Formats: sequence, C-alpha cells, structure tokens
Amino acid sequence: MLLSIGLSLVIEKLVLIVVVVMASLVIAMYATWAERKVAAVLQDRRGPNRAGPFGLFQPLADGLKLFFKEEIIPNLSSKFLFILGPCLAMLTAMMTGAVIPWGDKVHFFDRDIPLQIADINIGILYVFGVVSMGVYGIMIGAWASNNKYSLMGGLRAASQIISYELAMGIALIALLMSTGTLSLKEIVEQQQENWYSWNIIKQPLGFLIFLICAFAECNRTPFDLAEAENELIGGYHTEYSSMKLGFFLFSEYINMFLSSSVMVSLYFGGYDIPFLNDAAFSESIGVNWMALIHAGVFLTKAFAFLFLFMWVRWTIPRFRYDQLMNLGWKVLIPLALINMLVTGAFILFQQNNWHF
Amino acid sequence: MRNFLCCNNYKYMQALTSRAKQVDRRPMSMLERAYLPAIFKGMIITFGHIFKKKPTINYPEVTRPFSPVFRGLHILNRDEEGRENCTACGLCAVSCPAEAITMEAAERQPGEEKLYREEKYAAKYEINMLRCIFCGLCEEACPKDAIYLSETFAPANFQRKGFIYGKDDLLIPNPVTEPEAYAKAKGGRVTIK
Repeated sequence: MLLSIGLSLVIEKLVLIVVVVMASLVIAMYATWAERKVAAVLQDRRGPNRAGPFGLFQPLADGLKLFFKEEIIPNLSSKFLFILGPCLAMLTAMMTGAVIPWGDKVHFFDRDIPLQIADINIGILYVFGVVSMGVYGIMIGAWASNNKYSLMGGLRAASQIISYELAMGIALIALLMSTGTLSLKEIVEQQQENWYSWNIIKQPLGFLIFLICAFAECNRTPFDLAEAENELIGGYHTEYSSMKLGFFLFSEYINMFLSSSVMVSLYFGGYDIPFLNDAAFSESIGVNWMALIHAGVFLTKAFAFLFLFMWVRWTIPRFRYDQLMNLGWKVLIPLALINMLVTGAFILFQQNNWHF
Repeated sequence: MRNFLCCNNYKYMQALTSRAKQVDRRPMSMLERAYLPAIFKGMIITFGHIFKKKPTINYPEVTRPFSPVFRGLHILNRDEEGRENCTACGLCAVSCPAEAITMEAAERQPGEEKLYREEKYAAKYEINMLRCIFCGLCEEACPKDAIYLSETFAPANFQRKGFIYGKDDLLIPNPVTEPEAYAKAKGGRVTIK
C-alpha cells in the first residue's frame, strides 16, 4: 500500500504546492515594498508612493524593470554555473515551504486536506538541509562570476552560514529534547493548549540564539557581510544583472519569510490563536473557516517577524568580520551548549521526579 | 550608561565647545559587551520615529508656500480689458544685468486697439531663461507694469531653444476670455494699477 497514491491526493498536493509557492512569491514581492516603506518610516521619510495607491504597484514596476534590463554574462565566467547560481538560490529558498504547517486542515469533497505540503517526520532536519543548500546558490554564483569581489562575498557567505548553522543546530537540539519530535506538525500541535505552552516560554535563550542565527542565515543586516556594498561593491551578485540579480534579491526575501514561518511554528505556536480554545471555537464555526483564521493568524505572526527583520536592518550597522566570527564561535555556540546542557539536566530531573 | 564627560586625564585640556565629549576607552562592562541592551535601545529609538511627523512635502500635489518676494518665471501683463501693457520701451532689456531680454517694437494699426493699450507694442519679446538670473530688475524698471515675476518656477526642457521664451509663453491669459487661467497665472501678488 505504500506506493499506491490516489489521484485525488496528487491533485490536492499539487494545488497546495501551487498555492504555497504563489503565496510565498507574492509575499516576498510585497516584502520588498514593505522593506522600503519600513525603511522610509523609520527614517522619517515617505517611501514609495508614486506607483498606485500607497505605492502598492511598486514591486510590479521593479520586477518589470528587472525583466527589461540587459542580461549580461561576463566573458570569462563559467556560463552554466553563472546561470545555475541564482536558480539554485531561488529553488532552495522556495523548498523550505514544503514542511511548514500553514493551518490545521480543510474539509472539501469529503476529504480532510491538511494545510501542509508534506508532514515528514524529519521536518526540521529537512529545513536545515535545504537552508544550508541555499549557500550553494550564493557560492556557485560568486565563483562563476570570475570576480574577486564576488568570490570574497561568496566566501564570507559560506563561512558565515557554516559558523552560524552550528549554533542554530545546537539551539534547536535543546528544543527537540523538550518536544521529543522532529515533525513540525507535531511541534505545532504540542503548542496548541495554552499560550504558555508555546516553546518560547520553555526555550527563551534557545529562541534568542535561533533568531540571531536566522538573521545570519538570511544574510540580513547586521550579518550582511556577503553583500557588503561599501567593501565588496555588491558581494556575490556584483556581476549579476537583469532577472538573475532579481532572483538573488528575491530569494533573500523568500528566505526571510520562510525563516519567519519556521520560527513561528517552532517557538510561537504556529497557527495557534493565543487566549482562545481553538478546538471549541473550531466546533462552532466549522473546520474550513477555522483553517482560514488559522492561516491568517500564522501569517500575522510571520509578518511580525518580517517586520522585526526590517526593523533590525534599519537600526543597527553591520558587524566587522572578526566580530561576526567572535560572536558566532565564542558566544553563540557556548551559549547554545549551555542551553542544551541545562535543558537536558532539567528533562532528566523531571523524568526522575526531581530526585537527585 | 557611560559617562563621557568626566575623564581626569584630560582635565587640563580646554574643551572647545560645551558639547565636547571625551572618548571613553575603559574596557566595556559585562552588560555592554552583551550588546543586546544597546541594540534594544537603538531599536526603541527607531521605533519612535514611526510616529514622528514626516517633514516631506508631496511635491507635485502639494507645494510649499512661497514667500511674498519669491521671483519665478516672468509674465507679460495685460490690463483689465485684456490689452497688453508692454510698449516695447526697452527699459527692462537695459536694466537686465544678464542681458536676457530682447524685443522688437511695432506700431499699433487702426483696429488693434483691443489688443494693445498704447500706440506702440512689442511685436517680439524674448527672454532667455538660461541667461536670466531672476533678479527682478526688469520688474522694477518697467514703467507700464507690463512685466512681473510670477510664482511659477522654470520647468525643465530637453533642448536649449526650449528655454527661450517668446510672447506665447510669457503673455498672461486674457482676463476677459479666460478669467480662471488668468487668475491662476497672476497668482497672489500681481496687481493691475
């Protein structure tokens, strides 16, 4: 029975994939608009307001502009890899969305359709694998450009992501010890009972480490050394133009959105509505409406994180490279290890009924 | 958090201003090295800016109010019957320090009394807006109240010849036939004596 997949399942998953991909593309598109608006508002400016009401058509104009620009492939670059780089960055950015539970389930055509593309039992490991693949896009693109600044940007990106992934992984191990599962769906369901069953209450230090590492993984300020424009001209995307550059920039925003989603599902109860008994509420308004509200709540939380990403970007300056490495190796990893040890000891005592 | 003002090593040095701050080179305390409190402080500051009033004026829709002595593009004035005031006496051209004004005079023919107020008028009147320094001396020199500097400022153009304004560009709309356009061009300052 393992390989007998019904046609309806295929259709249902395909529809879900299209919806999730489209939604993350649109959200990333408007994240570029939101970034400019947030930057403007934090700096007492007005931001884009020419194209459409409140400048809402600005992302369309930007996208069109990128499409119409001349596509330049440097003479001495390795052409295949040069094109592969941004494609890989985009692909890996979108793949994370597959395991995130956007809501509980909907009920259509006598079928319960879970609002998650794939509930795999190693969900978190999958996210980690895909996220660390993301740096390949940057590395390949940087190397293929045959430009020293690009290469330096790529090197910085690679070493930064490797350094911060360690701390991120260890911070997550502490979380996984307390939840006892790797499946994102189960982690979210464990947090449904109360607002104080959210993992942020159990793992505040772990969340802080995870948040800092998420900033680093997304190459966002204060960790945007890979594209430090005043040192490296533009870092890994110096030689890129037209939509290939657009792909790199776009994948950054998709990454931001999806890492916000991961943080929401890991630490902030996923689609859980705080101060409300979700199950009872679901009884009264029906499963489908509940799924809609759940998705809305999930997106609200994710957007709050997106705002945090932008807020931090327009507040603090970039780290120096040695500061970045010091923070990663000498502060975050020891902190994450201590967090893991304390969590482990706590769980051990709990299982032992607080006897030493 | 840190006191920048006191530092005994520099007490013999005279500060140049009352706002001088000495650089504090003491090693940072634990709290400062944690870096996060400073980040939160900064983030609160930037968050506060969300609620600040924006000084920007949405230019094409909203314009800054001009001062009453603002000197913009020139207009050639008409009287209340719509006749041109200018008699092509040439005083404006003489007074112009940038030599931006040229004109040709012509004599009014019988039947043109509705067009020109006096017997002589400017058949051609050109101001080179690239030369003009908008000093307003032409306005002061004119004995007939014919030329005024309005509140419009010079628009852009793709070619140099587009900046040489002829009578078509300079003449104010006729107050009899187009009163609204006339009022708009006149602005708040020009008065007809």
